[in-house]
Amino acid sequence: MIGERYLNAAILAIFFVVPAWAYWANEPFTITLMTRAAIFALAAVGLNIALGLGGLVSLGHAVFFGIGGYAMGVLAFHAQTFTPLMEWPFVIEGTKSMPVIWLTAIVLSALAALVIGHLSLRTSGVYFIMITLAFGQMFFFFSISWSAYGGEDGLSIYVRNGFPGLNTLQPIQFYGLCLSILCVVLWFTHRLARSPFGLALNAARQVPQRVETVGLDPTRLKLVAFVISGAITGLAGALFADLNRFVSPTMFSWQMSGEIMVFIIIGGVARLFGPVAGALVFVALEHFLGGLSEYWLVYLGALLLVIVLFGRGGVIGIVSGREKAHG
Amino acid sequence: MAEPVLATHGISKSFGALKACDDVSIDLRPGEIHAIIGPNGAGKSTLIAQICGTLRPDSGSVHLLERDVTQHSTRARAKAGLGRTFQISALAMQDTVLQNAVLGALGASGRPWRFLAPALNDADLRARAEAALERVGLQDHAATRTAELSHGQRRQLEVAVALTLAPRVFVMDEPMAGLGSEGSKRLTGFLDELRHEAPILLVEHDMDAVFSLADRISVLVYGKVIASGTVEDIQSDRQVREAYLGEDA
Repeated sequence: MIGERYLNAAILAIFFVVPAWAYWANEPFTITLMTRAAIFALAAVGLNIALGLGGLVSLGHAVFFGIGGYAMGVLAFHAQTFTPLMEWPFVIEGTKSMPVIWLTAIVLSALAALVIGHLSLRTSGVYFIMITLAFGQMFFFFSISWSAYGGEDGLSIYVRNGFPGLNTLQPIQFYGLCLSILCVVLWFTHRLARSPFGLALNAARQVPQRVETVGLDPTRLKLVAFVISGAITGLAGALFADLNRFVSPTMFSWQMSGEIMVFIIIGGVARLFGPVAGALVFVALEHFLGGLSEYWLVYLGALLLVIVLFGRGGVIGIVSGREKAHG
Repeated sequence: MAEPVLATHGISKSFGALKACDDVSIDLRPGEIHAIIGPNGAGKSTLIAQICGTLRPDSGSVHLLERDVTQHSTRARAKAGLGRTFQISALAMQDTVLQNAVLGALGASGRPWRFLAPALNDADLRARAEAALERVGLQDHAATRTAELSHGQRRQLEVAVALTLAPRVFVMDEPMAGLGSEGSKRLTGFLDELRHEAPILLVEHDMDAVFSLADRISVLVYGKVIASGTVEDIQSDRQVREAYLGEDA
């Protein structure tokens, strides 16, 4: 058995070694694949705060992924068409600046998470899953009918947005940016799990009645976790849209919510690197099996079944053999 | 006589046709242990739930430290100084003993909105939690996962978490349940001292403990208080003997 710490380091090493090799061997497509994995990992690390720490099974995290995506799409669209986003009561211009887009994505998805979480946290269990799913569908159908921004066809952005001092058109530089964000968020999540907030949230998931009897509000703890979770997934959405230079209602679809959750289940729920491992496995399967057969999802389904039946700790749990979460 | 720190005034609670709590008035004065006894289904848990705020009475009122808290939430009552232990241990089983105690300290500090610094590195929280663990004799198990504790140790941890709150009133729901005679004796000695820190409303099945600890006993049967008084009063009450202690008690 390998210690979880070493396993985490190994997973992180893959994110450094493989792209470095690809850069050296001039294989830009591999770098793009790794960028995809890093962004999916980021989205799932976000969901894992709600799911793993807070015990909130949200089947609507595509809402935040999509909001991030459309924050990028809409801002960049107005910048490339030189039309203002709105003129009254004050003028808002589009932008091609990543930091501004990211901030917008974070703020908007956090706000959406606040509203959705506030309404959904009145329920729990299956009802919580269903209500978050319902919110996801609302956003999905809204985006389909939002013809100003491409409706069903989505929105293409011709040139990738810029980051001060970097040439983001170079795959390796954009990848570096995504990886840096992933590392910062992983560090934040690691600290969060051990912080007073994390400790209280952890207890609120397990024994809400106890948390109340010490004078804390379990629902409010979960709501804050949901907001942080949504904001991170929203940031991932903005990066994902920038990777593809394209946004479409697919980002809001319930399949997207499911995929983000699948990353976590494959990797290991409530484990710091679970979502990262899961996203890596997913992208690898998608690439290698997808090349063999267009029905590769059958194999993904089989893998998921094996993990759920025999290895509840996901890939990380199976390899490191530890039951404890967030160790 | 000192003002009661905790009192219910004629509280009633029905579930459909069942009167689980029928016009119950009890009080708890500083420095005392007031034991509530009664057969299974007598409404003890319903009474506790109304005192702690998980259930609202249909009528009547609950007073805590001379304030009417009938409409207050569990949280508000905890903040006002009500420390509670659960009949069935309500602990975060996946967490360590220390983490559970720190949760109590965190509740007492009222500052859970800190997101970066590790909770266990917070000197204040830790000192408070460790002091409580030491008092119940769990200091050597601080790093143990709660799920691995014995039943008796979990009961001790229940009490420790309540201690971290430094409450003004304790409400303990069968703290002796499932303890061996040794553990029961130890806890009895501990509660005996604790009453001087804050009075204890004690729901308990262990009659040895009740008779040795209680300043007053109230007997609950079918949701009604059928007798209330000192240990001697209760032991000699014919109605109590028939209803609860059994003829030969």
